[in-house]
Amino acid sequence: MRDQAPYTQDHPRLYRRRVSTWWWLKRWSSLAFILRELSSIFVAWFVVFLLMLILAVSRGSLAYQEFLRWAANPYVLLLNVVGLLFVVFHAVTWFNLAPQAMVVHLKGKRVPGTLIAIANYAGWVVVSVAVVWMFQRV
Amino acid sequence: MLRRTLEPLLWTLFSAGGVLAALLIPVLLFLFGLAYPLGWLPSPSHAYLLSLFGHPLARVVLFLLCVLSLFHWAHRFRYTLYDGLQIKHLNELIVLVCYGGVIVGTVTAAYLLWQIP
Repeated sequence: MRDQAPYTQDHPRLYRRRVSTWWWLKRWSSLAFILRELSSIFVAWFVVFLLMLILAVSRGSLAYQEFLRWAANPYVLLLNVVGLLFVVFHAVTWFNLAPQAMVVHLKGKRVPGTLIAIANYAGWVVVSVAVVWMFQRV
Repeated sequence: MLRRTLEPLLWTLFSAGGVLAALLIPVLLFLFGLAYPLGWLPSPSHAYLLSLFGHPLARVVLFLLCVLSLFHWAHRFRYTLYDGLQIKHLNELIVLVCYGGVIVGTVTAAYLLWQIP
């Protein structure tokens, strides 16, 4: 026998409407949200792809050629086309949100959000051009 | 739920990964996933890539890109599973898979970047 009444977590059951698992299919805005979240899978795939490239390059010229041939097979190409669409979607949504995450003050005045977004897109272009230039030099 | 004190750190890593991924992944995936395999652009020679990837600065950038992108994935994918599929009751398993993946990826990236001749 316990010497005191056991504590029970009795509380009135709250009424909760069941939310369907597929709630995010009903509106474009919530579908866009889930698609944006799913872009992370392709970010992870890219890391795997990049590490495979690094492994091939460090193994030698033949392994590198083999990697490029493997990357040209239709299934891998399809995966990378879909992946590219998703990572571009990630980049666009990320830079569009940047003004809300970055509050920049210059001379006591808040820099307008569109300017911050434009700066982010400009940075994206500069980095992309620099990367292409780096790989196309030779 | 992960301990509250850990959450801001994970969010910061997610955010840093989001920036790096947005800046670098589209162009890299376009070049190595499409342009070079399909011959749209002449692919860089093996010797050039080897010297480029072997540069200390490139190793650091590539390591950060891999690790932070994986943190980005882990954080976002975790919440996708919670919100999209409503499987928050599998919290421990999801955390294990996501951050376990980050650890495996980090060790692999460190080894692969370190062993480049």
